[in-house]
Parts: sequence; C-alpha cells; structure tokens
Amino acid sequence: MARRYEQLFQEIKRAIREVDVHQVYQQLRAGRRPVIIDVREREEWEQGYIPGAIFIPRGYLEMRIEEEVPEKSTPIYIYCAGGVRSAFAAKTLEELGYQNVYSVAGGFSAWKHAGYPFVTPRQWTREQLQRYSRHFLIPEVGEEGQARLLDSKVLIIGAGGLGSPAALYLAAAGVGTIGIVDADVVDLSNLQRQILHTTDRVGRPKTESARDTIQALNPDVNVVTHDVWLSSQTILDVLRDYDVIVNGADNFPTRYLVNDAAVLLGKPVVDGSIFRFDGQVTVYKPGEGPCYRCLYPEPPPPELAPSCDQAGVLGVLPGVIGVLQATEAMKLLLGIGEPLVGRVLLYDALVATFRELHVERDPECAACGPNSTLTVETIGQIDYQQSCILPVRRSVAD
Amino acid sequence: MTVTILIPAPLRRFTEDRASVQVEAKTVGEALTKLDELYPGIRERICEPDGRVRRFVSIFVNGKDIRSLQGVETPLADGDEVGIIPAMAGGR
Repeated sequence: MARRYEQLFQEIKRAIREVDVHQVYQQLRAGRRPVIIDVREREEWEQGYIPGAIFIPRGYLEMRIEEEVPEKSTPIYIYCAGGVRSAFAAKTLEELGYQNVYSVAGGFSAWKHAGYPFVTPRQWTREQLQRYSRHFLIPEVGEEGQARLLDSKVLIIGAGGLGSPAALYLAAAGVGTIGIVDADVVDLSNLQRQILHTTDRVGRPKTESARDTIQALNPDVNVVTHDVWLSSQTILDVLRDYDVIVNGADNFPTRYLVNDAAVLLGKPVVDGSIFRFDGQVTVYKPGEGPCYRCLYPEPPPPELAPSCDQAGVLGVLPGVIGVLQATEAMKLLLGIGEPLVGRVLLYDALVATFRELHVERDPECAACGPNSTLTVETIGQIDYQQSCILPVRRSVAD
Repeated sequence: MTVTILIPAPLRRFTEDRASVQVEAKTVGEALTKLDELYPGIRERICEPDGRVRRFVSIFVNGKDIRSLQGVETPLADGDEVGIIPAMAGGR
C-alpha cells in the first residue's frame, strides 16, 4: 500500500540516526575534520555553509558520494536547511553501505541560530561556472581553489618564448591578475615561438599585444602591463604586489636582479630557461630551497653566454618549458603537490628525456646566505648591467 | 671506472655534437681532465685554471650537486653519470 509523505518521513526518521548542531560543532572545534555533506541546492549553499562542508546537492548524492568518501566506515554528517532532506539522504547513504551516517537535526537554520560560524562562498557568474567547470571537478582545485586563483597575482617577466605559453595558460586557468614585464615591440622573428603575439601586431609593444590576447581569452583576468626595463631602483616596487613570479627573461642581469629582489621580498620565482633543444625549470622559494645564486653564484662572461638571438631555439621548446612553469605557478598558488623546490628539471627535446637534479642551499650564498650584504636599502645601488656580482660580508671566522 | 659525462648543448661544439662522452675516471676532477684530453679546450669552459668549478657552472653526479658532495674530489663509481649544467639565460 502506498504511504503518504508524512508517514514515509516518520519511518525514515526512525530508521536513521540524528545528531544536533552542537555535536557537529564540538567535532569541528576539536579539530577532528569530520566529513560534513551539504545536500542543499546551490542557491542555498551560496548563502553560507558550515566550514569544511562538501557541497553535493541531494540530486547528485548517490552519484558523487563514493568519489568524495570512498571508505564506507567513515562517519558522515549530512545537513540541509532544516533536517528533512538530510534525513532522506542519510537513509540513501545507509543503503549504499555507509555505516556511520548522521543527519543533522535542524540543519543549517539551527546551526546559524546557535550562532556558530559559517562560510559564505564566492558568488560565481553563470559564465564562470561553465568556464571553470573542469577545475570545479578536481578536488585539489574546486570552488575554493578557483576562488584563490582569481584572487592571485602572478608577474611574468618577459612576454616572449616562455612568457607566452605561461601567460596564456595562467589566464585560461583564471589567475585574476597577470602582470607582464617587457619593454620590447613584437618582431616578425618572435612569431616562430612567442604565441601571445600575432602577425598584425608586429611593431606594437609586446605588453599591449599580450594584454589583448589575454583579455580575448579570459575577460576575468586583470592584465597589468609594465612597459619598462627592470632596474634595481624599480624592481622592488614592481614585484611587491605579486604572489608568484614567472621568470622568462632573456638575459643574465635581469635574472640576477629578479632573484635578488625576490629573495629580499620572500617571493617564489618559477624559473625557466631554454637553449636550442634544451630547457630547464625550477622553483626558487626563499627560505625553503636554494635561490638562483646558490646554483650559479655569478653569470658567465658575455662571450660564453650566447642568447637565443645568437644561438637559436627550437620554436616549440619554450612551449614545453613555459607550460611547466605555469604548472608550477598554479601549484604554488593552490598550495598543492610538490613544487620543484631544490630540484631542477632538465628537458632534452632531441632525445626526449627529462632529468631531475637535486640542489641544496649554499651557506655561502651572496643573496640568501647568512653573510649576504643585500638589503632593500642597498639593492638600488647595484648596477646589474655592469656587474651581477654581489659582495659578501666576511664572517668572523675568516 | 667507466663514467658518462653529459655534455650541455652550449659545449657540444667541442665534442663533435656528442651529448655524452664516456671516460675512465675515479673522481669528478679526473673525469674533467680526461674529457679535456679527448676534446682540448673544453675544461677551461668548466673550470678555473686552479681546478675549481667556475661559478656559472654546476656539476652533478647522478643528479646530486657536487657542492653537497666532495666537489671535484667526489669519487666516481662504474656507471656514474656526471652532468655539467651551465647557467642559461635564454627565455625568448
């Protein structure tokens, strides 16, 4: 015989277990990180949710729960607005074999009423929900990670071979602010590899060309153009506002300048460089791993350091290295995975191999070592075009 | 001890474009000397006249920086791989 709704609900309520909001709060306060599932609709979730809750609308619960909670003995707390939908949801999870499922009586209304803290998520536009939908599906990114990317600021040094793919992918991924440093104009010889630029923009400043390309790809991105040659007087002001620096400079003075300023400001640098068929990538993270000077205390003399202009470079090579740099930048911004700190990844395009080198901090390092003389006050006095060598304070032991 | 020295692209004009060269050596320093016997002139691109590694070059044995081992005195075993990685500035 068919049951009426009220009858069905009472049966369900008797069949499941309930907890009150105070019990859930005690779990959170004790730092136990319980699994809390919010089964309401998106509009309700957007008004606020219990900290740490996983959002799975009731209609998707059966399909998505095993991905979120693979272990069937894990305690799960389910809530909705008032405790009705969560009761039905709890019954469903028990039928799926979950052994410790609790419906939160009174739901989110009771939680708010009790004065417990809640989180208000970022409001996404319809377009953003579609644009970033593949990110939302990855637990390591999700809505929280995407919101973090949109609030992030990445500075790209050089809108060239490495900067082009890095900027394009970071823009596509929704990094909210991308700064571009370049004082050059687009040249026809750039277009073999610098995919930010186009044939009709030859002669235009690279920063402008980069801005147009990025904004056409993703209007969410705020592009900040720095149409200047970096100098030791201006570098700190340029770098200061950014979270991560992606270095694709084509000359040694800029590389040492960026390194030294990043060490002073404590900013991570995702470094890449290329030569013909070879590329290398690493992350210099102040305080955690070596800096550029730990690896290369001084630049080579100019006659031993041919640039891409002189030596040439395979057009696709900066694509590989620049995208690896973008990947590392994303990991740093999201706080996920193992960034290439203290490791240098070498790519040999001809043989098609990756090699990994391990590098440690140099206790004698003139930039990040204890005897460094570098300070925010003194960096402006160094002319990096003249010499990249830093003086080191002699230690007492000498 | 037969060891393999990996030659970086900027130095391959010394090695007839070979990306790796095998030599018999018991230390990193000896390997570099042997390399220079085969390809005269390459050593001064890597080392100072007094034998120290130049400050824009890093050398690795099996992926480990020799600065964290025993520098040019780092002993080598049969089959070891010695990587020479000079600073590269190309980005564009």
